[in-house]
Amino acid sequence: MNAGSVSKTTTDAQRQARYNSRKRVNTLALILAQAAMAFGVFWLIWILLETVRLGLGGMSLALFTQMTPAPNEVGGLANAIWGSVVMVVLATAIGTPIGVMAGIYLAEYEPRGWLAETTRFVNDILLSAPSIVIGLFIYALVVARLKSFSGMAGVLALALIVIPVVIRTTENMLALVPAGLREASYALGTPKWKVITLITLRSARAGVLTGILLAVARISGETAPLLFTALSNQFWNSDLSKPMASLPVTIFKFAMSPYENWQELAWAGVFLITMAVLGLNILARVLTRQK
Amino acid sequence: MSSVLPVDENSDAVRAKTMPPQNQSQRHQPWISGVLADRIFGFFAKGAAYLTLGLLVGILLSLVVGAWPAIEKYGLSFLWRSQWDPVQEEFGGLVMIYGTLATSIIALLIAVPVSFGIALFLTELSPAWLKRPLGTAIELLAAVPSIVYGMWGLMVFGPLLAEYVQTPLQSLLGGVPYLGALVSGPPVGIGILSAGIILAIMVIPFIASVMRDVFEVVPPMLKESAYGLGATTWEVVSTIVLPFTKTGVLGAVMLGLGRALGETMAVTFVIGNMNQLTSLSVFEAANSITSALANEFAEAGAGLHQASLIYLGLVLFFITFVVLAFSKLLLLRLKKSEGAKS
Repeated sequence: MNAGSVSKTTTDAQRQARYNSRKRVNTLALILAQAAMAFGVFWLIWILLETVRLGLGGMSLALFTQMTPAPNEVGGLANAIWGSVVMVVLATAIGTPIGVMAGIYLAEYEPRGWLAETTRFVNDILLSAPSIVIGLFIYALVVARLKSFSGMAGVLALALIVIPVVIRTTENMLALVPAGLREASYALGTPKWKVITLITLRSARAGVLTGILLAVARISGETAPLLFTALSNQFWNSDLSKPMASLPVTIFKFAMSPYENWQELAWAGVFLITMAVLGLNILARVLTRQK
Repeated sequence: MSSVLPVDENSDAVRAKTMPPQNQSQRHQPWISGVLADRIFGFFAKGAAYLTLGLLVGILLSLVVGAWPAIEKYGLSFLWRSQWDPVQEEFGGLVMIYGTLATSIIALLIAVPVSFGIALFLTELSPAWLKRPLGTAIELLAAVPSIVYGMWGLMVFGPLLAEYVQTPLQSLLGGVPYLGALVSGPPVGIGILSAGIILAIMVIPFIASVMRDVFEVVPPMLKESAYGLGATTWEVVSTIVLPFTKTGVLGAVMLGLGRALGETMAVTFVIGNMNQLTSLSVFEAANSITSALANEFAEAGAGLHQASLIYLGLVLFFITFVVLAFSKLLLLRLKKSEGAKS
């Protein structure tokens, strides 16, 4: 009797100890998870704050009206902004139709065929492939052949980055379209291309548009594929067969320089790019949420 | 599905009633062109898919062709030769390959635990109203262009790292053999460690958002049963969620590694671009494959220098290809097993 009660109390104590240690481990793990979350958000806030703090000072009208200056002279980023806009718009115009068509093939034609499976696999790899390698590819394909850096080469390099992003979102969004819609229109005798363009693509258009916006956001900040395709240019240039300035490459050049006015312009450029990219991302999110 | 059908049927029935007598030729005309249009449309769709495949093959081929002079001269010994001397035309990739691997490993060492914590927080702890904004914040972190990270790393973070981490570490470990050598170097905040930390910040959102998605495929029934038996949150995560999703978690890590290996701008700004391997200090300027390409390629003359740089690009592409393919296979496997179980 006596011995039994002793052993009972010890097991109670053991249980209590075990319970406490489980609780302690749990609390520790949860605190660490919260710390990790705070850590992640902390960098975002810090980077944004620094970008705004250092970039806002450089904002002025001259930034948008004057060319990139020589060291220690006054100037703006007009030619770089123009080059970026031209290349991003053209790259999107080239990459989007290819991406949408391939996405249509994956979702509507043979979703389980070998071509679709392989393309999906390759596409996911292209999506995360180092963008500088895309630059090397276009260099070999275009720049080395024509013996000159050119805006067109930059456009092509960016277009190659647009394609996988658009394929991925187009396919995913088309897959969400209810099969009943397709079947109903087939039952009416509608040809396949009409079903796709007028029914499924149309009902998935918000999602597809989101994908395009995300692709635009992605390429507006890309520097690596432009370094040895479009190169850079100190002057205003709309001729695609000549080297073309772009905002990211100009920022890179200016930020690595020892000249103070160049660094200031680089921060202003970083501010512009960050705001544009984050704005596009938020817009894309709003678009999908409405759906 | 069924809610859509009656509407279509109705409207069609209405249309059929209101305009039944249609001319045969008028009705058949669009049909023929429809078949043709179908073929053309299908052809373009398939062509676009082939083009994507061709892209990968094209990239590989162009890299091999471009790198051929260097491959011919050095063969695989390029991978462990450490001289890089454009003047003497002596090239070896060891320094850059080491830099790429070292920065990526540092990045993963930091990013994996943090991303795991974030994913755990978002799936198990976060109050419902916070889930969305926090998830969005993490995804926005992924959207910030890498040049912004690079510039911030060089101008803001690097100097702070030098002042508050490197200098104290040097005074602490300066006399200790081996460890002292690891932290030597001028306190300017560039080198392998800063590059690794900035890479970590960059890949955290990628790993965290994939991990979160992977954690969310765990059937609620499994988790609730464990909670019902009195398991703590941590026990549920470590004994239910993790074993269930281990292939997916590994896939997420590999995806992050693929990103870290191929990242260019953030690394180029802070790694220092010095082709040396005499000091293994994490604070000494070094070089990576991507930053060597970014800095030297446009100026390299055609010939062995350029071919060697392309060879480096080929090595990089090969490594990332293997890592990403592995990640993709792991994630696919999780998806398949999920389908089999449900």
